[in-house]
Amino acid sequence: MYSTQEIYEHQAGNYMIKNGSAFFDFNYLDILARGDTIIHRVDPRAKVLTTVLFIIAVISVGKYEISALLPFFLFPALNISLGGLPLSYISRKILLLSPFILFVGIFNPFFDTEPIIRFGAFGISGGWLSFVSILIRFALTVGAAFILIATTGFNEICTACEKMGLPKAFAVQLLFLYRYIFVLGDEVIRVSRARELRSFGKRGKGLKVFGSIVGNLLLRTWDRAQRIHTAMLCRGFRGEFHFRRPPGFGSAEAVYTVAWTAYFLLCRMVDIPGSVGDIFSRVLR
Amino acid sequence: MSHHIVELNDVRHTYPDGTQALRGISFRITHGESVAIVGANGAGKSTLLLHLNGYLAPSGGTVRIGDMPLTRQTLPEVRKTVGMVFQDPDDQLFMPTVYEDVAFGPFNLGLPREEVDVRVMQSLRTVGVDHLKNKPPFRLSGGEKRRVAIASVLSMSPDILVMDEPTTGLDPFARRQLIGLMKEFRHTKIITSHDLDMVLDICERTIVLHEGTVRADGPTLAIFSNNALLKECRLEKPLSMQGCPRCGRPEGGI
Repeated sequence: MYSTQEIYEHQAGNYMIKNGSAFFDFNYLDILARGDTIIHRVDPRAKVLTTVLFIIAVISVGKYEISALLPFFLFPALNISLGGLPLSYISRKILLLSPFILFVGIFNPFFDTEPIIRFGAFGISGGWLSFVSILIRFALTVGAAFILIATTGFNEICTACEKMGLPKAFAVQLLFLYRYIFVLGDEVIRVSRARELRSFGKRGKGLKVFGSIVGNLLLRTWDRAQRIHTAMLCRGFRGEFHFRRPPGFGSAEAVYTVAWTAYFLLCRMVDIPGSVGDIFSRVLR
Repeated sequence: MSHHIVELNDVRHTYPDGTQALRGISFRITHGESVAIVGANGAGKSTLLLHLNGYLAPSGGTVRIGDMPLTRQTLPEVRKTVGMVFQDPDDQLFMPTVYEDVAFGPFNLGLPREEVDVRVMQSLRTVGVDHLKNKPPFRLSGGEKRRVAIASVLSMSPDILVMDEPTTGLDPFARRQLIGLMKEFRHTKIITSHDLDMVLDICERTIVLHEGTVRADGPTLAIFSNNALLKECRLEKPLSMQGCPRCGRPEGGI
């Protein structure tokens, strides 16, 4: 017998092979979101709220702090282990996005050369500290977002946002984006393949062709939007969307949210690694 | 049951760029009929279909669905009566899951949740895809998408089913299944297609469009036997009516 988790992993494996492209394997996140663990069962609103608070707490840490960030790893770590998520997959996702953030932080060491920490003759400049701090914060926040999607599902997140007061128009936009990104992705792949097959060497690969491809895709998207709108009107659309209700916000959700919020506050107010270090050094003394 | 009638009277349509897509179309389709609308590319089929649910308004002439002329006031009622299945299911299935997509129409009709649930499950069962109800549409195969698209219209219990090219992109088996399914529907059916064998299977009446006019309107078999007419309208006999080059079966035999 296979556990549900194994079946999910098997299905997901097939998807990865079929699609290959790492950017479009959101499918796998969706499959993970269908799991049934203690984390999956928490109401989406609680998870969205907690994740947002987590991200705010992480971002608000001072720019030269590194040790203060470490206790925050408890949140993703617990969610990953209790939610039964494959760590390798989440870390690969984060790595995939990391080049962008490398560019953001790479110049810090050059501009901010004032040493802040000294080990004898060695000094570590503020630039390096803030660079590392940016990387850690990036890993924490992006990781938390992926974990949220993988334990909740994108549609549920949108519904939760809407229930918590996000204007309906935005929630629906997000849903449509998610629904049609795959269709658009397919179209992009097909068009680029068509270009690939008819361009030789450098010919046909210039920016000009790229421009007309993008324009073409835009027009097609416009056409499709019109057809979708027709389809919606045909089925009596008058500006209202109805979704199946997410499960209720019960005591478990309250505990989840309050406990994590308290922990994030603690992390921000108390230097946990510092205190732990103090205790150790006192014991050793 | 007069409300299953579709009547067009000298309908004309000119697009803003000056293209005359329809140049005076008239026909009357009565309750329970299965009618095919065939014609070459650009003959005006799609434009015609968009008039049946009021998405396009005629530049001249009138459209009557059931007992009502199609006007801005009757639009909601007409859209409830006419169920439209689009050519590309991706245009039609826009909700996050199959269930929510099929429930979209009934919710917009203002039905209570329990009734919506009953209708959704019934429609999904009718087309045989109730096991897919929690799947997102983009993960379905072409045949499954087509079935869900039909279910999403059936759930509004329309009196008239309008289908745009229902068999394009289906494998032979899925196509055969879909034909069987459509034969079971008791609705008034209006189908556009280039799949003339399917038309022969399902529709007893055929309307041939040619350059924005009705070139012929009559029993399917009679129309498909008229070689001169078919040639003029850039059509061809259905394969099942053509002579067989292998066994020497003569033309016209079925």
